[in-house]
Amino acid sequence: MSASAVHSLWTTAATAADPISKIDTPKIEYGQLSPTLIVVGAAIAGVLVEAFVPRKYRYYAQLILSAVALIVAFVAVVLLATHGYGTTKARIAAMGAIAVDGPALFLQGTMLLAALVGLFTFAERRLDPEAHGARVDSFAAQAASVPGSESEQAAVKAGFTTTEVFPLLLFAVAGMLVFPSANDLLTLFIALEVFSLPLYLLCALARRKRLMSQEAAVKYFLLGAFASAFTLFGIALLYGYAGSVSYGTIAQVVDGTLQNVNPALADTMGNDALLLVGAAMIVMGLLFKVGAVPFHMWTPDVYQGAPTPVTGFMAAATKVAAFGALLRLLYVVLPGLRWDWRPVMWGVAIITMLGGAIVAITQTDIKRLLAYSSIAHAGFILAGVIATTPDGVSSVLFYLAAYSFVTIGAFAVVTLVRDAGGEATHLSKWAGLGRRSPLVAAVFAVFLLAFAGIPLTSGFAGKFAVFKAAAEGGAAPLVVVGVISSAIAAFFYIRVIVLMFFSEPRPDGPTVAVPSMLTVTAIAVGVAVTLVLGVAPQYFLDLANQAGVFVR
Amino acid sequence: MSFPLLTATAALPAIGAVATAAVPAARRNAAKPLALLFSLATLALAIVVLIRFDPGGGRYQLTESHSWIKDFGVRYELGVDGIGVALLALTALLIPFVILAGWNDADPLETGSKRWRPTQGFFALILAVEAMVILSFEATDVFLFYIFFEAMLIPMYFLIGGFGDRAHEHGEEAASTQRSYAAVKFLLYNLVGGLIMLAAVIGLYVVAGNFSLTEIAQARADGTLHMATGTERWLFLGFFFAFAVKAPLWPLHTWLPNAMGEATTPVAVLITAVVDKVGTFAMLRFCLQLFPEASKWATPVILVLAVISIVYGALLAVGQRDIKRLVAYASISHFGFIILGIFAMTSQGQSGATLYMVNHGISTAALMLVAGFLISRRGSRLIADYGGVQKVAPVLAGTFLIGGLATLSLPGLAPFVSEFLVLVGTFARYPAVGIVATFGIVLAALYTLVLYQRTMTGPVKPEVSAMPDLRARELVVVTPLIVLLIFLGVYPKPVTDIVNPAVKQTLSDVHKKDPKPEVEAAK
Repeated sequence: MSASAVHSLWTTAATAADPISKIDTPKIEYGQLSPTLIVVGAAIAGVLVEAFVPRKYRYYAQLILSAVALIVAFVAVVLLATHGYGTTKARIAAMGAIAVDGPALFLQGTMLLAALVGLFTFAERRLDPEAHGARVDSFAAQAASVPGSESEQAAVKAGFTTTEVFPLLLFAVAGMLVFPSANDLLTLFIALEVFSLPLYLLCALARRKRLMSQEAAVKYFLLGAFASAFTLFGIALLYGYAGSVSYGTIAQVVDGTLQNVNPALADTMGNDALLLVGAAMIVMGLLFKVGAVPFHMWTPDVYQGAPTPVTGFMAAATKVAAFGALLRLLYVVLPGLRWDWRPVMWGVAIITMLGGAIVAITQTDIKRLLAYSSIAHAGFILAGVIATTPDGVSSVLFYLAAYSFVTIGAFAVVTLVRDAGGEATHLSKWAGLGRRSPLVAAVFAVFLLAFAGIPLTSGFAGKFAVFKAAAEGGAAPLVVVGVISSAIAAFFYIRVIVLMFFSEPRPDGPTVAVPSMLTVTAIAVGVAVTLVLGVAPQYFLDLANQAGVFVR
Repeated sequence: MSFPLLTATAALPAIGAVATAAVPAARRNAAKPLALLFSLATLALAIVVLIRFDPGGGRYQLTESHSWIKDFGVRYELGVDGIGVALLALTALLIPFVILAGWNDADPLETGSKRWRPTQGFFALILAVEAMVILSFEATDVFLFYIFFEAMLIPMYFLIGGFGDRAHEHGEEAASTQRSYAAVKFLLYNLVGGLIMLAAVIGLYVVAGNFSLTEIAQARADGTLHMATGTERWLFLGFFFAFAVKAPLWPLHTWLPNAMGEATTPVAVLITAVVDKVGTFAMLRFCLQLFPEASKWATPVILVLAVISIVYGALLAVGQRDIKRLVAYASISHFGFIILGIFAMTSQGQSGATLYMVNHGISTAALMLVAGFLISRRGSRLIADYGGVQKVAPVLAGTFLIGGLATLSLPGLAPFVSEFLVLVGTFARYPAVGIVATFGIVLAALYTLVLYQRTMTGPVKPEVSAMPDLRARELVVVTPLIVLLIFLGVYPKPVTDIVNPAVKQTLSDVHKKDPKPEVEAAK
């Protein structure tokens, strides 16, 4: 067929059919994606359990299903890692949508374990007094019933429990698994929504203080939607800049090394205004999820209002997922832009560290206190992110692993201290806890010391790793600020310890509920990880080091 | 591989701490002999270390080295030089006395009191502190040292805040508030110091690439490791700040009177005689060796601060109404002497300073423990509440006097030798500083003798008239300390022999030679 045929009124069938025959069937590497697929599958199965299994068996069915799914998914991650998918065989899977590499597998493993421990706290049914002969957990009897209404009373009387929390948890985990391994902006956004929406719901499901819980959920949802919108807008602008949503392609455009430019896009490509504004907006969305100042406003309210098991899970796993995604975005997509983003991130890290630590001093509620402490910790992790070295990646990975177990453990302890109104979260009620329940207070003290970064706890090893990476990456002033805010932060952690051990117990003080094996396991894992990572961190540092390279 | 003697010396009290803490509440009194047993066993091991240590041998002896956190360049490296071994022995020596003196301090109070005092916890914490202090005297890895330097704050904090003594002029409520204030102040001061040191430790790693004291000092000495002047000074300041808080040096001293005043007497002894020595020891070992140039650069300022500490501490001691706070301010004055000796950069000065650390440990322990026995009898810490005790309890008064005379460095008692050496060493290089520092001795005589006069002499106060003399347990505590004070005052050679070679090496690290005597130089 000659070229002139294009301009003729007719054409051959073969030419017309040509583009269609070129569409390949998508190639999906099921094995490499198996951790995510297992969790998604179990989540969907969980929805079916809700629909078909009789109410009285649902709790056990859901608990076992979720636990098995998380364990199997974790095993899958371990198998992938031992077969070299984290190092030599690291590659892009699912038609360029997902990266399976060291950081992704490390973070997925961390999140799956954190989720498993979180699941145990979700399933705890010994803490609340029995409602009309039925054991209940921390979640609303029936989410749909208006607080204080007759339908709520009826639901409580009937002994309902919201077993939907288990599939919701699994959906959130599935989204989180994809989030740090997303290799294009659309996958990133979808993962963001997939893990955010179940979290918004979970936040609203507290059994006690339901109005506060719902308020927290609304705040989280509104601000989260706002942040998502920013992210999406940023994605659109970046697409306009690079003509692609793929991380690799955008990075090439940023570096100016892209071959075969699509002529149709050549005119609009490479507009730096689009790049800078777009990148800033996406990073903003991620910093919101991380809880960095000035995008932290939601953190205290949501942490306080959400059911405490959800707070613990969210504080640990969301942070891991969001920092994973932030690392990949900054290290894979925007390394060429680092002279632009590093100064900004410097500023964010400094105000996050100082802001979190300073505001935490004035808090009187233990959950809000831990919320501000988590903000300060986000700042410490950002110091490692700024390093822009392989050491920076591995130190952040290590910090996240260390931090998430301390966090879940600490919030699990919070669920134990109760009075007539449910959990006694006001700090004044914790006075003298060390005398009534020395063991619980001692465990909480261990977590607080780890948060404060006292040597021989995981918090110290993590802090040392990120500060070392930051110092080597040329951010010595950040280290100094980090050390100063650590000192400020130490003040309020110590204050809680003083309160627990040196204050007189109040006569109307809270009691410590005796939990089942589930919460005991969660807390024990937290303590064990805190001490092991503090005393003998080398093995885990090695793991993080091997996992320190992104695939592009 | 030889027997890890140094590890064992630290592991023994650590195991003892766990064992003591594990004593069931029903048999809480069993915790006391158990803790004592472990501390005595530690003392025995420390004596073995002392015997095995060869003063003429290599710089660091009985070394152990194992890989620990490869990623941070951290090794588990132990080794002692003469200075370390002397302080190790001091620590192991004092802890049994501390435990004996505190025998009844952590008993549960009479029923009806709200105060909560777990006996086992008290003794377990003392042993835990001992283990960490010993490890920080032994560590030759900067990071390893840092870990124990910091971690020791936690048990100390609980010891200060959890077990204050019963004597308080404003009742139990006020005592409880002040105690937790003192504990928090202690912790925050030291934590801030420690965290600033952490920044410097990280900086040191970035510059040197590892944490081994011997390697870094070697590399500095043969010029393979160059530090920019500014970097070295910043790192030095980071380290020195932490040690100056711990020691404590004016103006970072304000936590000490609170902590010593509110803590029970044995804990106060633990703070000033043992834990604070880590600060001055670390100045000698880490500041001078790692940052010789910066040390010389900072010397004038540090000397001035040390002299201020000496005079200011002594002046405030004169004005105290509270016996324990008086001893605390006297200690600040003495720490000024120690730091003066270290930074005078002469071999007499540094030998004197090291000897001073040992002697101050023994003399303060003697004075403070007797003061504690006195306070526990009357239930008051105020000097004005006492009078004429020597007529009622002559042995108590006599031991108190000897402890006091040791504090004011009476010739014939151990501290005299060290104070004299420090002043001679300082005078050789900085005569003006030496002259001002000498006023500290005059003031020491004033505050000690006035304290003795007001409490022990004069008419017998009615509240004191029935005061019993020292009991057997208390005599067991005091007698050996006084014997040691007299022995080392007359014959300090055993300690100086161990200390001197190490001091010579430290001085050669900072490239300082003793100034020639004037007469010889004039030839």
